[in-house]
Amino acid sequence: MTLSVTGLTVSSLVRDVSFEIAAGERVGLIGESGSGKSLTALSIMGLLPEELRASGSVRLNGRELLEASEKDLSRLRGDELAMVFQEPMTALNPAMRVGRQVTEPGRIHGRRQPAEELLDAVGLPGTARAYPHQLSGGQRQRVVLAMALANEPSLLICDEPTTALDVTVQAQILSLIKTSLPAESALLFITHDLAVVASVCERVLVMLAGEIVEAGSTREVLTQPKHEYTRKLLDASDLETRR
Amino acid sequence: MTAKVLRRVAIFVASVLVASIVVFLFMAVLPGDPAQVALGVNATPELLAKTRAEFGIDRPLVTQYFDWIGGVLHGDFGRSYVTRDTIGPQLLDRLGVTLWLVGAGMLVALVIAIPAGTFAAVKHRKASGAGVSGLSQIGVAIPAFLAGIILVQIFAVQLRWLPSGGWTPPDQDFGEFFRGLVLPALSLGLVQGAVLTRYVRSAVLDTLGQDYLRTARSKGLRPGQALVRHGLRNASVPVVTVLGLQLATLLIGAVVVERVFVLPGLGSMLLDAVASRDLLTVQGIVLVLVVGVLLVNFVVDVLYTVLDPRLRGS
Amino acid sequence: MRNLVIGGVLVGLVVLAALLSFVWTPFDPVKVDAAHRLLGFGGENLFGTDKFGRDLLSQLMVGARTTLYVGVVAVGIAAVIGTPLGILAGMSPRWLGEFVMRVNDVVLAFPALLLAIMFGAVFGADTLTAMVAIGIATIPSFARIARSGTLQVMSTEFVLAARAGGRSRLTIAVRHVLPNISGLLIVQASVSFAIAVLAEAALSFLGFGTRPPTPSWGRMLQESQELLTVQPRLALVPGVAIAIAVLGFNLLGDGLRDRLDPRLAAKV
Repeated sequence: MTLSVTGLTVSSLVRDVSFEIAAGERVGLIGESGSGKSLTALSIMGLLPEELRASGSVRLNGRELLEASEKDLSRLRGDELAMVFQEPMTALNPAMRVGRQVTEPGRIHGRRQPAEELLDAVGLPGTARAYPHQLSGGQRQRVVLAMALANEPSLLICDEPTTALDVTVQAQILSLIKTSLPAESALLFITHDLAVVASVCERVLVMLAGEIVEAGSTREVLTQPKHEYTRKLLDASDLETRR
Repeated sequence: MTAKVLRRVAIFVASVLVASIVVFLFMAVLPGDPAQVALGVNATPELLAKTRAEFGIDRPLVTQYFDWIGGVLHGDFGRSYVTRDTIGPQLLDRLGVTLWLVGAGMLVALVIAIPAGTFAAVKHRKASGAGVSGLSQIGVAIPAFLAGIILVQIFAVQLRWLPSGGWTPPDQDFGEFFRGLVLPALSLGLVQGAVLTRYVRSAVLDTLGQDYLRTARSKGLRPGQALVRHGLRNASVPVVTVLGLQLATLLIGAVVVERVFVLPGLGSMLLDAVASRDLLTVQGIVLVLVVGVLLVNFVVDVLYTVLDPRLRGS
Repeated sequence: MRNLVIGGVLVGLVVLAALLSFVWTPFDPVKVDAAHRLLGFGGENLFGTDKFGRDLLSQLMVGARTTLYVGVVAVGIAAVIGTPLGILAGMSPRWLGEFVMRVNDVVLAFPALLLAIMFGAVFGADTLTAMVAIGIATIPSFARIARSGTLQVMSTEFVLAARAGGRSRLTIAVRHVLPNISGLLIVQASVSFAIAVLAEAALSFLGFGTRPPTPSWGRMLQESQELLTVQPRLALVPGVAIAIAVLGFNLLGDGLRDRLDPRLAAKV
């Protein structure tokens, strides 16, 4: 198992959350904002805001992360464990050239990668010397993705990576995630958009008020929802009209 | 970018020009006659007229202005109405003392503010961080001359470690020069350091909450590394602005501190000139100080665009 | 909230001392009394006496009056001139706004102390020249804050609606802009007051402020200098008073900022 989360609890915001993701598996985590999705992701990354503490167990390739030291965690982050954030406009350092930012995970973890190569892979040739403000939102999210994938992580967490983007750009980023993620990498994809889950994930977890209320294969959950909340989500989404 | 810098240069030159006219007019409209002041009340009308001609103050204002500013551009600030000496060389000499003082004061302020402000920001939830913030708040409220008086009392009078005042040129005896500079620089720098600490704290605090710092940590940087590699440059943008304002404050604050420590700087020269109603000297010194402030603002503006790529335009 | 309370208490203390001094001081603050020279703390004269035998506490109380007087007039001048200028710069076409701000920058190059010394050289230094000089030097701060506030208000929907409804610029400035930037202005006034107190003290210390015999904290400090080695108390008393006033107004400004503009809370 690449990732196993057992009884994860973050004060009262995330309660007793358990799930597993196998290598190569793509799992969606859906729920409305404030349901604890992002906190779950940040707990796995060990990047919770200072005032919050996570308890329970998070294991990555068998190693416990919640009790790991900051030093050990920082060795995993950007290497085994990577994340793409929601807001591409602010996720990049405005005062550093894109090329330097993209090669940073490699430098930190002792690998040399040409910036051009990494940027080419996400469809951004010739942008290494640009500053983030010179790129569009979609292009910046590509840069963030290039950084996250630079070291071929065994787990990639995407936290609403397309929410802040235009619809056409969303589709491009989604297909880029699908095609560029190494086959053996696990993916935890957080979204509130059921259509996105349907197109990316094999399995889905539904979160409500800090708890996982339903889990199953994407097809199962989307066609035969068991929990009332899932049904409500489905009714409210545009998947309904397509059905 | 070049266009922006050129624009700043143009604004700077225009500001200096306007400021010099203001200074000149201010002194020119003065009630009273410099010749009368120089000669005393018993001077004969003939002698007064002769002296006026000698000073050049019988000519139209426009001619006087261009004559004055033209000379200043060549380093010639004219001759004192009172001592009849050329003002330029002495002014340059005194400026050197003031610049040493301001530079040392700024250094003290930076050495205090950068670590203290960063500490207060990083530990802002802890008592230690709040303590540093509180101390800086109190430091801001203490005028530089009061700090000077207190420092003299402790280190010069009680402990006798350092001189309570006076000036030794650095090329004469560097050790003495340094010892003499310590207390003035501290009194100037401690207060500005306290002010600056608050700005550094808020800039770092602002940076700590930025998404890109979290991104940096998600790449595998530890909190301190992320702050140094990604945060400091961004935090420095607002701090540099304040630094510019502070340099201006220091330049003027030096006037007071020079008085406390009996330093032969521009400030004490200004006060002496005012006391003896030596107006051309006052005019020259004021011009130098004002241009100094404008120059600092100009440099800050340019530095700003260097530090923040977003301001460069594409 | 804590800033607001502490700042309010410290400022209240200074105001109270000043008001009380109109009707009562322990002794005559300017009465020379050779028999009671240089008394220490805690006697009949609570803070002791100076080299002329004048009661320090009484001088301090009347000095508070000078401090507040200078602060109120200086900040008043700055606010009354700077605010309309800033609003004008924020509402008018870009080039005019830019021009006002460039002029502002030139004024900014004449700091309060320098301006006061210039005024002193020309008109003779006293409380009035000090106040006016500090006031003029503070105009840019008000103009700047008023302009940036105005720019923000001008882009809000209710102002756009008012403009679309054909309201005159003056109406918009008075009805919409001014009330919405008043919070910013009050905070600026408090902070500027602290700076004015410092400037007045420095000027009196240099002999460019309040003239004797009117008591002033800065001059008390200056007079303390010659006896500093034997009587540090003479510097300590006015020094602490200055620090209390400045700290009070700064904290009050911070507290008000947190109160009035939550977006700026936690910043400087």
